[in-house]
Amino acid sequence: MTEQLDAGLVGRQIAESDQLGDPKDGREVGRARRRKEDARLITGRTTWTDNIQLPGMLYVAFLRSPIAHARITRVDASAARARPGVVAALTGRDFADEQGSLPCAWPVSEDVVIPDHPPMASDEVRYVGEAVACVVATDRYKAVDALEAIEVDYEPLEAVLDMTEALAEGSPKVHEAGNQAFTWKFSGGDAEAAFRDAPVVIDRTYVQQRLIPTAMEPRAVVATTDGGSFTVYSATQIPHILRVMLALTTGIPEHRLRVIAPDVGGGFGSKLQVTAEEVLCLLLTRRLGKPVKWTESRSEGNLTVHHGRDQIQKISLAAERDGRIRGVRVDLLADMGAYLMLVTPGIPLLGAFMYNGIYKMDAYDFRCTGVFTTKMPTDAYRGAGRPEATFAIERTVDELAHELGMDPLEVRRRNWITHQEFPYATIAGLTYDSGNYEAATDRAMALLGYDKLRAEQADRRDRRDPVQLGIGVSTYTEMCGLAPSRVLGSLSYGAGGWEHAAVRVLPTGKVEVVTGSSAHGQGHETAWSQIAADALGVPFEDVSVLHGDTAIAPQGMDTYGSRSLVVGGIAVLRACEKVKAKAAELAAHLLEASPDDVEFSTGTFAVRGTSEGKTIQELALAAFAAHDLPEGFEPRLDAEVTFDPENFSFPHGTHLCAAEVDTETGMVRIRSYVAVDDVGHVVNPLIVEGQVHGGIAQGIAQALFEEAVYDSDGNLLTTTMADYLIPSAADLPDFVTDRTETPAASNPLGVKGVGEAGTIASTPAVVNAIVDALRPYGVNDVPMPCTPERVWRTLAGAAPPGSTAAGRGGAGESEGGER
Amino acid sequence: MIPATFDYIRPASLDEACHVLRDAGDSGDDVKVLAGGQSLLPLLRLRLAYPSALVDLGRLPGLRGVEDRGDHVFIGALTTHDEVLRSPVVREHVPLVAMATATVADPAVRHRGTFGGSLAHADPAGDLPAVALALDCVFIARSAEGEREIPAAEFFTDYLETALRPGEVLIGVRAPKLGADWGFHYEKFTRTAQAWAIVGVAAAVRSEGGDIAEARIGLTNMGPTPLRAQVAEEALRGLGVAHGNGGGPAPGSAPGSAPDGARDPVRDACGQAAEGASPPSDLHARPDYRAHLARVLTYRAVRAASA
Repeated sequence: MTEQLDAGLVGRQIAESDQLGDPKDGREVGRARRRKEDARLITGRTTWTDNIQLPGMLYVAFLRSPIAHARITRVDASAARARPGVVAALTGRDFADEQGSLPCAWPVSEDVVIPDHPPMASDEVRYVGEAVACVVATDRYKAVDALEAIEVDYEPLEAVLDMTEALAEGSPKVHEAGNQAFTWKFSGGDAEAAFRDAPVVIDRTYVQQRLIPTAMEPRAVVATTDGGSFTVYSATQIPHILRVMLALTTGIPEHRLRVIAPDVGGGFGSKLQVTAEEVLCLLLTRRLGKPVKWTESRSEGNLTVHHGRDQIQKISLAAERDGRIRGVRVDLLADMGAYLMLVTPGIPLLGAFMYNGIYKMDAYDFRCTGVFTTKMPTDAYRGAGRPEATFAIERTVDELAHELGMDPLEVRRRNWITHQEFPYATIAGLTYDSGNYEAATDRAMALLGYDKLRAEQADRRDRRDPVQLGIGVSTYTEMCGLAPSRVLGSLSYGAGGWEHAAVRVLPTGKVEVVTGSSAHGQGHETAWSQIAADALGVPFEDVSVLHGDTAIAPQGMDTYGSRSLVVGGIAVLRACEKVKAKAAELAAHLLEASPDDVEFSTGTFAVRGTSEGKTIQELALAAFAAHDLPEGFEPRLDAEVTFDPENFSFPHGTHLCAAEVDTETGMVRIRSYVAVDDVGHVVNPLIVEGQVHGGIAQGIAQALFEEAVYDSDGNLLTTTMADYLIPSAADLPDFVTDRTETPAASNPLGVKGVGEAGTIASTPAVVNAIVDALRPYGVNDVPMPCTPERVWRTLAGAAPPGSTAAGRGGAGESEGGER
Repeated sequence: MIPATFDYIRPASLDEACHVLRDAGDSGDDVKVLAGGQSLLPLLRLRLAYPSALVDLGRLPGLRGVEDRGDHVFIGALTTHDEVLRSPVVREHVPLVAMATATVADPAVRHRGTFGGSLAHADPAGDLPAVALALDCVFIARSAEGEREIPAAEFFTDYLETALRPGEVLIGVRAPKLGADWGFHYEKFTRTAQAWAIVGVAAAVRSEGGDIAEARIGLTNMGPTPLRAQVAEEALRGLGVAHGNGGGPAPGSAPGSAPDGARDPVRDACGQAAEGASPPSDLHARPDYRAHLARVLTYRAVRAASA
């Protein structure tokens, strides 16, 4: 039996043991509860935005620019208005007085250029897919058909596609002010000194290809009005932020605007946005007085959902010959696309503090230039800046190991922060509160059967097997749980990082938890119920979680950046504690005891040393009836809390990937994948397992499958799923997962974020494995995604084993399309 | 993903269908035949095709099913891929059809997509056209004028074009049974499980006393039509399969050489698999890479088929 199967068995046993039986201590937190929301999500018996039908509803379709960069010289929608079923056909000029500019909430630097970004272009288009007109009709088919009757004349301008060329003198300009969006610098320690006379310097350039976030549910918007107030339903991650931003953009007063995120089918950052379509649907319902609906097609989505990644990373690492890292320098070009959207320029900055990874070093220097191009804007995509940073440092540390002839894990051991050294102030200015990199790594190596695979690798190399084996390492950490408001303020972010929760014990003793976190598939309803059940001593089934509607959950900062549990979940816990304190005061009053003598245990408040007590349900009814309350006690048993975290959350772990590379075809097959993550204490192991699996899949997708490709005219070529390849379960290996549990020191539950960790960790593990397999061929890099053709071309340009020719990466590449 | 307007016609019988198609052809209308819809509907939804009408044959009786007809197997045009896969007759007598059908897309597509629809669509990236070529299948077409037979070698005329005339409907395919001395393999190369083949190789090999007596090799996605790798087929004739070894070339060595440096004549012959092909260029592969894959995969397919 192979090592892989052994490890798979272990993984399954671990997973199963989480599900077996009741928790030892009767607590809900830590229990592998099946998600209470899943039945309705899986069967579809729920409200997705596209399901919503309102009386008199009209349907919107958008005409989109087929040209990357052009001046609009004429738009004539009159023929479309004559088409059957068409109620309105409007162009950018029709919206000119009311559409405002789509917001950028993160002006990262003093020199940042935030160009005007009208939701519908009227004078100039700057990417293929930008909306130039729309049709509103009585059904979706008529709306789409009528688009063909709209005439638009374009005067083509030069497309700007390559970041380096865009910054060169004389480049055509995306915007009047030029193609540089901003520059941003950060340093810690003395990089000059670290690199001066360094015995080893590794210089590499990595390309983070452009990705298209592909949530299962397409974007959809419904907007409606009663004449005085407005409701926008949107498949969004951020109903609260959207409400504020729609008010600011359109001038509709915030108190007359309600935003509802019904059940939302995934986002991965792509629905952390204020989109042109949301603004325009709101304006259309105001103009027409009827409800309107728009749902994107998948191809429309590939063109116009904000894209992710797209950075060119120059990284230099200085080290001693014993492997100790002296310092790291990073010079980053980040493709903004044509405009700065909600947090576009901030994305690379979220990685700026992570290029030092888990390693100790004396100096760190980071600079980033944001660049405008005539492509779809980029913005948050699962990990947002941190996958890019982690990839660069983890690839470069492997390169250091290769340069020194050391095992990649040994180099890491010589540099990482040891578990005795926490809390640790990093060279990038963060304080990692806790961690145990040694424990996670030891566990991962055991699960993979590291030594045995190394032996097999040596054997295949000796035999010159056409299928070579490589082992890739990724020892990652990341900063998530966005975020302490004062830190966000220091980074010029436009809002705080708090979260709101309200807890109400109803007269019958049932509990409503209201959360500002807006779940879109993560399982908040289950996890928040577990937290509240433990905190209040009520049954799990007695807790309901309300979210995603600004009229029901009026305050919130929504869901992104692996923040829900570590900020929103802690807010829920704090609100429960406030309720409990209130209940204790009432119990003391009713039991005629001193509050100091009242003890709480599993839902009952009792006088110490007596059997006399009141259940929380009895107290809820008493607080509701309000017949006999302590002096100054407000009726009802409820409380609300706005919680601002004191630090980021720093999950970490060790991912190991064993990959087979068929040197004849270039095909990469992941043979086994081990992930040992440390996300602190776990509220629900099943949910964590799901997040880890999905995250790893998404990271592997970047390594092997996904890439948004524009041609040399700026046309997106990957507009369908036949061209933009998303791996399915059939394309992925069995993941072996395990956890170490080093509690976070920064919150009372000891929990850390988990939503992005798998994606951040897995991409470099896979590419490191591929490069490791091909080292004998003189290969030191394969550009992502490592498609069979790319691997083959790299090999075709590489030196055979035993040759003295220099190693190469990506040799033989000459891309058909711009990247 | 919303198709343009079209008329929808569902004839009650094959005769009626033939007449509808003939009339449409006479009046110059662009009419498309709808079977399982797994290729046609995406084209409509992406507005890459604008037919004026669809003639839906999906519910016509008599065109669905597999029959053992002595020296050949008849597969009705409307037999779904899933039904083909489940047919013991197919598995026993034309296993190459089963091997290739098992790789078509995913279970959902295989439950709707049809054997005949996939052939009549004539996508060179489809798996079944190359199989039909390798097996020398015979296509049966029906029109208002009657039936005619079209050999596989004449059926695929250009990209998405076939020898079917306006007014003709493919009603089924005769797949010859090959004897016990034949072996088969379909080698498909894809980046994801559900994707079209970047290159596919359908191999049927007749062995005689350890030598390749005859090899028929159909290539998927190596040109505007499915192809037979005729040069390689000729070169393989008479070669001893026992000479070959399962290994690939040594790192850095040329394709065609074995790990120990010894020449493998079967590999050399398969090295001519791309002769005469004009492989397409797309995001997944450029022509030189496709040609390389055709050589490597043909070797693998021939070895597997003659094992």
